[in-house]
Amino acid sequence: MSRARAPGTFGAAWLVARKDLAIEFRTRTAFFSALVFAVLALCIFYFAWDESIIAPAQRAPGVLWVVLAFSALLGLQRSFSIEEHDRGIDALLVSPISRESIYLGKAIGNLLFLCAIQLITIPALALFYNLPIGRPLMVVTAIVLLAMIGIVAVGTLFSAMAVNTRLAELLLPMLSLPFFVPILMNAAQATTRVLGDRPLAESWPWLKILIAFDLVFVVACTLAFPFTLEE
Amino acid sequence: MFPTCPAVEASRVRRTFGRRRAVDGVDLSLYAGECLALFGPNGAGKTTLLRLVAGLLKPTSGSVRVCGHSLREDASARAHVGLISHQSMLYRALTPRENVEFAARLYGIPDPRAAALNALERMRILDRADAPVRALSRGLQQRVSIARSIVHEPSVVLLDEPYTGLDAAGGAALTDMLQLLRSSGAALILVTHNVDEGLGVASHAAVMLDGKIVRHDDCATVEPRTYIAQYRELVLRGAEHESSFDVEATA
Repeated sequence: MSRARAPGTFGAAWLVARKDLAIEFRTRTAFFSALVFAVLALCIFYFAWDESIIAPAQRAPGVLWVVLAFSALLGLQRSFSIEEHDRGIDALLVSPISRESIYLGKAIGNLLFLCAIQLITIPALALFYNLPIGRPLMVVTAIVLLAMIGIVAVGTLFSAMAVNTRLAELLLPMLSLPFFVPILMNAAQATTRVLGDRPLAESWPWLKILIAFDLVFVVACTLAFPFTLEE
Repeated sequence: MFPTCPAVEASRVRRTFGRRRAVDGVDLSLYAGECLALFGPNGAGKTTLLRLVAGLLKPTSGSVRVCGHSLREDASARAHVGLISHQSMLYRALTPRENVEFAARLYGIPDPRAAALNALERMRILDRADAPVRALSRGLQQRVSIARSIVHEPSVVLLDEPYTGLDAAGGAALTDMLQLLRSSGAALILVTHNVDEGLGVASHAAVMLDGKIVRHDDCATVEPRTYIAQYRELVLRGAEHESSFDVEATA
């Protein structure tokens, strides 16, 4: 006990994230449901439009962000529900790690989870919608990562708030989606320009706003998180 | 030699939920090596008091200190506390070893794997260390939960109905563990409905009714049979008082 020293904020956050990923790796329930949803949605959107009116490449940005937002919600839902089942959250709260590190750990776990989904979704999107492989797709992947940071920051906070309520499945999208709008709006604008073969400089103003939203959401949600745990 | 300041000190602690006073002005002092058995009917406020001491709840008024620290203000001081709840606080997809090792890492124990295996061995569940928790019975899960709570050798152990679901071997392992913790200087608060069991382990006994501690005894001075009879009477009188209050209120 005397030799023990609790890990710092980021050390503890990594422990929490690693634990969450280990649980997801064992159960794979959220991963498969998010993945199946993403691939099915890509298929449906592909066949729902007349190709002679709108080319697949022009539809791709919109489809990408709709699929991404809703598959993210499926992943975020499980983030705190795994803590609620046997009140694992209490064990975290009585441990000497800070509340902020719990939030950051959950957010990192969610981000890695969503990155794993995108690893399959983005190539599938490129395949279905005949997108140029190479630099544009790499830039789109970077934009997706930036947007994911903001989505995860907001979604993790609201997942913690919603989990104790009776209508958690309904409440999380209701709370999160309005906050996703500024992120998705900027990310979609930047993606449209990148996939439209426009110079990167044209996307840059949208990306700057996206980065600003990421910073604001990460800081604000980290500071707000401890209050969501009060009974 | 145990430290002289109280391991747990609660002063005029009150906690309300809406208009309901779950804990109402409780004073408590518990020193190292002491064990307080807390009895009371359902809804008396025992679990709320335990959660206040653990720092999981914020008192509406009054203060709670553990080893001289307020757990809500000093995160590192939470390392003094081990909490055993009636919910297992385990992750079912992980194994007992992974659950306890994760806890050991949160407390910064230098060799978390060895500490985890040691704690599981003390709770006599080492042979199931690598089976998923979801495959274990309620009693075995409770043993893992106890191992997880004591892996960092806390100075204050809070136990909420720890004997629930344990078989004779599990109960004996827990009683041995509690005696060992006491002799090593840990202070224990044991919430239980089983008065006999509580008196067997505790140095002090208290009864809670309607959020208040209405009786506090030194276990050395009480005779278990008499105590149980008096406790039952106290609880029944409390229930009668509550129902007469309800009648008055509706009238």
